[in-house]
Amino acid sequence: MSDATVKVRIKRQESPTNPSRWEEFTLPRLPMMNVITLLLEIQKKPVTAQGNPTSPVAWDSHCLEEVCGACTMVINGKVRQACSALVRSLTEPISIQPMTKFPLVRDLVVDRSRMFEDLKRIRGWIPIQGTYDLGPGPRLNPTEQEAAYDLSRCMTCGCCLEVCPQINPRSDFIGPAAISQARLFNAHPTGQSNAAERIEALMEPGGISECGNAQNCVRACPKEIPLTTSIGEMGRQVTKHALTTLLSGK
Amino acid sequence: MAKPVFIVVGGGLAGLMATIRLAEAGFHVDLISFVPVKRSHSVCAQGGINGAVNVKGEGDSPWEHFDDSVYGGDFLANQPPVKRMCDSAPGIIYLLDRMGVMFNRTAEGLLDFRRFGGTKHHRTAFAGATTGQQMLYALDEQVRRHEVEGLVKKYEFWEFLSAVIDGKGICRGCVVLNQIDMTLHVMRADGVLLATGGPGVIFGRGTNSTTCTGTAASAVYQQGVAYANGEFIQVHPTAIPGTDKLRLMSESARGEGGRIWVPKDVKDKRAPKSIPSSERWYFLEDWYPAYGNLVPRDIASRAIYKVCRDMGMGIAGSDMVYLDLTHIPRADLDRKLGGILEIYEKFVGDDPRDEPMKIFPAYHYSMGGIWIDFDHMTNVPGLFAAGECDYQYHGANRLGANSLLSCVIGGQVGAATMIRFATGLGKRSDTVPAAVFAAERKRQEEIYTKIRAMEGKENPFVLGEELAETMRNNVSIVRENARIKQTDTKLLELMERYRKLGVTDRGQWMNQSVVYIKHLWNMLELARVIALGALARDESRGAHYKPAFPERDDAKWLKTTKAKWTAGGPAFTYEPVDISLLPPRVRKYDVDKKAAGPAPAATKAN
Repeated sequence: MSDATVKVRIKRQESPTNPSRWEEFTLPRLPMMNVITLLLEIQKKPVTAQGNPTSPVAWDSHCLEEVCGACTMVINGKVRQACSALVRSLTEPISIQPMTKFPLVRDLVVDRSRMFEDLKRIRGWIPIQGTYDLGPGPRLNPTEQEAAYDLSRCMTCGCCLEVCPQINPRSDFIGPAAISQARLFNAHPTGQSNAAERIEALMEPGGISECGNAQNCVRACPKEIPLTTSIGEMGRQVTKHALTTLLSGK
Repeated sequence: MAKPVFIVVGGGLAGLMATIRLAEAGFHVDLISFVPVKRSHSVCAQGGINGAVNVKGEGDSPWEHFDDSVYGGDFLANQPPVKRMCDSAPGIIYLLDRMGVMFNRTAEGLLDFRRFGGTKHHRTAFAGATTGQQMLYALDEQVRRHEVEGLVKKYEFWEFLSAVIDGKGICRGCVVLNQIDMTLHVMRADGVLLATGGPGVIFGRGTNSTTCTGTAASAVYQQGVAYANGEFIQVHPTAIPGTDKLRLMSESARGEGGRIWVPKDVKDKRAPKSIPSSERWYFLEDWYPAYGNLVPRDIASRAIYKVCRDMGMGIAGSDMVYLDLTHIPRADLDRKLGGILEIYEKFVGDDPRDEPMKIFPAYHYSMGGIWIDFDHMTNVPGLFAAGECDYQYHGANRLGANSLLSCVIGGQVGAATMIRFATGLGKRSDTVPAAVFAAERKRQEEIYTKIRAMEGKENPFVLGEELAETMRNNVSIVRENARIKQTDTKLLELMERYRKLGVTDRGQWMNQSVVYIKHLWNMLELARVIALGALARDESRGAHYKPAFPERDDAKWLKTTKAKWTAGGPAFTYEPVDISLLPPRVRKYDVDKKAAGPAPAATKAN
């Protein structure tokens, strides 16, 4: 393999109904190159390693600094953001394919809208009474703020769902991201007012009881969110809520 | 009469804030966005949001914030809207706090504030170093709540193509493209708000996200909407070099004590930590003792440029200087700047807690944008703009941490104006004949039919790179008329070569090449507004710097540039700036504001 070039294999699929295929590319090596730069090079010269003209690869990306979550894909078998996948740290040839747990749109683009729907299920917002000037929010000590901040950095990228064995066509498991968000809102002084709604959402079919405790999620999260701790904490809230409900005879 | 309905284009901070206000008032909103709104470019804002809450007992006030902002913008901003923004800022920060934004706290549990450029006060509320992301998430969550209640319908991976303007010149809706199945649609509304962000991709590699092409702003400019102060482009002093993007290294790094320096001896080959303090040149502290590393961005960028390009004093003669945080305790860095240090670590490989970072200026922000009145309506009734895509708040140079603020206030004021406008409309959009919509849709369809049939030899992405290169090289930190003229010649050449493009993607499904080609034309149109606006303005003001005209010239140029589209290129007119609250004075940062002295003799607006 020449040092001047990078070899890449990319899984292609023109639409949800077309068959998939792999294509190989030989691309110029640039300093500080990441997987996004490889895809940009293909756009400028869409020709395979075998010299056949092809279409540019479709992919999803936006911020390119690992805060938006858009460019998540499976690179050398590992789900991660393409922007922070630096070529110099990857074994070549580099294999790039779309995430497998979401409906495919085209090439490396998948439809993650279910994750946003899941945030509706858990009522993922603080129920403020209006956006007018009503003075400051509740005081929080720095320790509470720091713990909540760690959870609030979830960028809905889908890595945790991709690696979770319980996310599969036979299950409607809500997945780690939304459970951790429920914990975030339940910990907020105002969010606590409708904590029961979130807990009850996690008690429905596809809720927290579907977690198989594989613990892959916490290892895959690019933001190092303590997802298994969140699942544990929400599990406790669910148990407590179930017991209270049972004892109060509601 | 039917209840008014609204369209908001863009799901960043401004668009989401407007959507919430409209839904809160009981109106239905169609929200259109290129990307799922939670991934909008606002996530990239790092350092914080300004508001004079005065938690440190420094005598800060909204008036002081207003004064810093107008002074920082070199007196080009209309003052009443800036005053309104600064007056509203503390309330906006409290609102975000109530929504659950995880702002950093003091030991007492109050909001913490840090310093930023162009001020002497701790005025910037922050959530680690991912404030934009945290604010966007809070607004996204509130919009989701209205979505569940049925008042908001999102169209994600959809694109605004053009406004539908009726025979009376009123905007009645828009034509949109579904970027997944590539179908065109028309949407009716009694008010359309563009909150579509800046045009950074025109300059290629910079701090902007991939969709920041300015395509919507350019599209309406080509339909007769005025574009104002296009030549005012902010180059951020501290970005990380890269091949796909120049990632931002937030001003908050300096707000928390970061220092910029180069070795005094350019041949010094030692590792930065082995260079003793006496052999380092802290040039910002040297040149601007009053503000030091916290001079506004235009000043810092020019200084770094001067050190590297004019004096050849960059690190080992390169285009880089050190941004040094290594003297600050690790725990403080993690708590206050964790997010950005992580970015540097991931993309460069060095830990900035141990090693000074290497940075250089990069394209960051457009102060210019769609012309709006003080209440956010464009010159086309029914069409509004807010956020980076408008021109209203930042004059010739934006102060750090004022952009998140201007997005929120823009969304709030814009939504209120939309409601006022729509409820006062004699005739609602549902009574406008279908033919008005069909005509605009047909015009857009014809454009795409032409693009799909392109069979020339030119590659659109290569053309885009040439556009970016010429703009970066010639219409950036230092501007010379001869080179701007060459740039315009190049832009005309690219417009000619655009006709010889070939589409390498014939797919009917999520065809990103076809989408890009439309953006490319819109970028070329807007690039001419930026370049020719810069050519005309023979003075130096804020981010617009011409060595041949080094002084601000209020007698001739204290005025807003307004570009109107014509087939032959932009036609410029100028209008006076509203300086009713604060008389212009000399802007300098080597001394304190009070010591900077009174205005020069000729400061009257014309």
